Amino acid sequence: MALEAKNVDFRYGRNQPWILKDQCLKIGKGERLAVFAPSGYGKTTLAMLLAGYLEPINGQVLLDEIPLPKKGACPVQLICQHPEKAVNPRWRLRRVLEESGPLREDLLEALGIQRAWLARFPRELSGGELQRFCVARALTSGGDYLICDEISAMLDGITQAQIWNVVLEEAEKRSLGLIAITHNRRLAGRIASRILDLSV
Amino acid sequence: MEQTRKALLEMRNISVSFRMYGRGLEQTDLRVISDLHLTVYPGEIVAIAGSSGSGKSLLASAILGILPPNAAVRGDLQYKGEALTPERQKWIRGREIALVPQSVAYLDPLMKVGPQTDGYYKPTKKRRMLFERLQLPASVERLYPFQLSGGMARRVLVSTALVTGARLIIADEPTPGMSIEQALEALRMFREMADEGKSVILITHDIDLAVEFADRVAVFYAGTTVETAPASDFKAGPEALRHPYSKALWKALPQNGFEPIPGFQPYAGNLPEGCLFAPRCPYKTEQCEKQVPPMLEIRGGEARCFHGA
Amino acid sequence: MKQANRRTKLVVLTAAMVLVLAVIYACGILIPEEAAAGSFLNAKLPPSLRHPFGTDALGRDLFLRTLKGLSVSMTIGLAASAISAVIAVLVGAASAAGSRGVDAVLNWLIDLVMGVPHTILILLISFALGRGLNGLLAGIAATHWCSLARLIRGEVLQLRSQQYVAVSRRLGKSSGWIMLYHLLPHLAPQFVVGLVLMFPHAILHEASISFLGFGLPPEQPAIGIILAESMRYLSAGMWWMAVLPGLTLVSIVLLVDKAGEHLKTLLDPYSAQE
Repeated sequence: MALEAKNVDFRYGRNQPWILKDQCLKIGKGERLAVFAPSGYGKTTLAMLLAGYLEPINGQVLLDEIPLPKKGACPVQLICQHPEKAVNPRWRLRRVLEESGPLREDLLEALGIQRAWLARFPRELSGGELQRFCVARALTSGGDYLICDEISAMLDGITQAQIWNVVLEEAEKRSLGLIAITHNRRLAGRIASRILDLSV
Repeated sequence: MEQTRKALLEMRNISVSFRMYGRGLEQTDLRVISDLHLTVYPGEIVAIAGSSGSGKSLLASAILGILPPNAAVRGDLQYKGEALTPERQKWIRGREIALVPQSVAYLDPLMKVGPQTDGYYKPTKKRRMLFERLQLPASVERLYPFQLSGGMARRVLVSTALVTGARLIIADEPTPGMSIEQALEALRMFREMADEGKSVILITHDIDLAVEFADRVAVFYAGTTVETAPASDFKAGPEALRHPYSKALWKALPQNGFEPIPGFQPYAGNLPEGCLFAPRCPYKTEQCEKQVPPMLEIRGGEARCFHGA
Repeated sequence: MKQANRRTKLVVLTAAMVLVLAVIYACGILIPEEAAAGSFLNAKLPPSLRHPFGTDALGRDLFLRTLKGLSVSMTIGLAASAISAVIAVLVGAASAAGSRGVDAVLNWLIDLVMGVPHTILILLISFALGRGLNGLLAGIAATHWCSLARLIRGEVLQLRSQQYVAVSRRLGKSSGWIMLYHLLPHLAPQFVVGLVLMFPHAILHEASISFLGFGLPPEQPAIGIILAESMRYLSAGMWWMAVLPGLTLVSIVLLVDKAGEHLKTLLDPYSAQE
């Protein structure tokens, strides 16, 4: 039971520089890995490859020895840095949440999502409030692996701690494979059992 | 000590609101910055630390007078002891006050980087020196903005502000995208500027960075500064801090406990009537819910709290 | 009470414009044929209180005929632009969402239709389909979708690269589901504005084709027909037969165009807050 990137190369166009070259990474279910690197080291690209948002030019992303499924809900879910881009601006937030399945009251409670927010549009909420929805949406969809790409880089310290505590608890309960991508070494040390430093 | 010096920039009760249209025809005023107090003295770096998207960048625009037309600013804004009127802002920006913008979109896409950074007065020699210190190859000056990587563009943006020789630089999230060495070099250059008697306002969401490089840190919460404290107080811990939010923030950082308090930052349009932190505050009283507390001087810092200690 | 804000004023203004158009349309529909039928006793009368636009060579009241003609024009304009806008959405969406080959073919088609002068193309289509209402409708509908289709193609391309669309796909939603719930609702404002701004073009084309004799049959009270008939009497000093119906047509076209611009200002997120 593992999610694995096998010697993946990636670049955005034929004449563009390589963003990732021969990158390997392996994580088992129930493991918590922090990928640490300053900006510009292809952290986001790696996250998108692992969650199937992008396909590697060379190499493979394998889930339990087979490539990621193309159809259906992906067992590897990604939460991105900018929540306001990850929700449809014309949808009320109840609908945003229900896109991944029926509402999970316990998650809403844990994340501090107010009932009144469900009837609002994304532009009426702050980034910190929206990110709680994105976390709830990703956790509701099931799946065995969760990739968090700088999910708290935009947030204040308290919101960061709130969200991460919920994610860690859920990861523990469902023995999720968790990859936290961050540029904050202290945060990496706090949440992960293993740290992969891309900058060395 | 600081009280005896003359302030370079002084903001008192600054509020910024936007006229917005809601659903249907209703028109609302969205208050993004409320009753903000901040004083900047010559020779110091003041950091404004708060979450992204909470209106910190608008503060820079308000000082420079470059807010969009549907925004309104209220309050008292003084530069060198005189009111900063729109005419004065127009004269001062780029000369006395320079901005390091947050996004690469602020560069003119049709102008090469070199001439663009030089601006009107063409201090080319000085600019080349800046480029070298920020590890920008000389060839960069002949590139167009779209040819720059994210980190390079940030360093160009920093150069555009430093090259003006302004008295006050407002740096809006200057370091993301740079490598650690480049970021440190950029911040060292701000430090040198401050040591020469100039001032820097460093707007950042990274409280660790703010504490490391600033002389004083202003904690931004829900559109206002709840506390301004010497950076050393943040290293000392919650006992040295004054406002309940700053204390809670300190305890929530990954290096000190990672323990959050419940609740959420109120957002423009849904602000509480009294103290903005009252809904989550463990020490709140009836007074806090009804009245906005004044900015009080406490132990060499300031806090907007009735019970600050 | 505070003064009405800019958006309220704009909405009221647009609503008033739509009301005027609706009244003209209703009048045209409700006026019976016989009311416009005249007698030779009243032929070629200049404008007066009894006949505000005067009468034509057959003694028919030109005001009533103009109203009737306008409502016919509006019906054709509305139907043609609606069909055209639907074509635009289908082509634009298919072009953006389809494969590279599909995109190339559709772009080529857009260029082709845009490259041929509209009037000639409408003439040919209308003529091939036996003139009359259907030919005219088909001709106008087949020529007006191009620029809107391009606009929609760009919009869909841009929407498809949005992160929330990628998220939706990874949550297991199908392409069709995403098109229906994420993409199409975003196109609604473009669609409505495009349709409204197409309307005046369609009306003018209808009038000009009818004027040239390739559109509606001469017994139909259409603006193009009225104008064509008036040509013979213009040199005899009977200016009202051409000027008044023509001016009415122009003002209707300007009215719709203005209403469309207002609608665009209201719906466009960039100008909506001003």
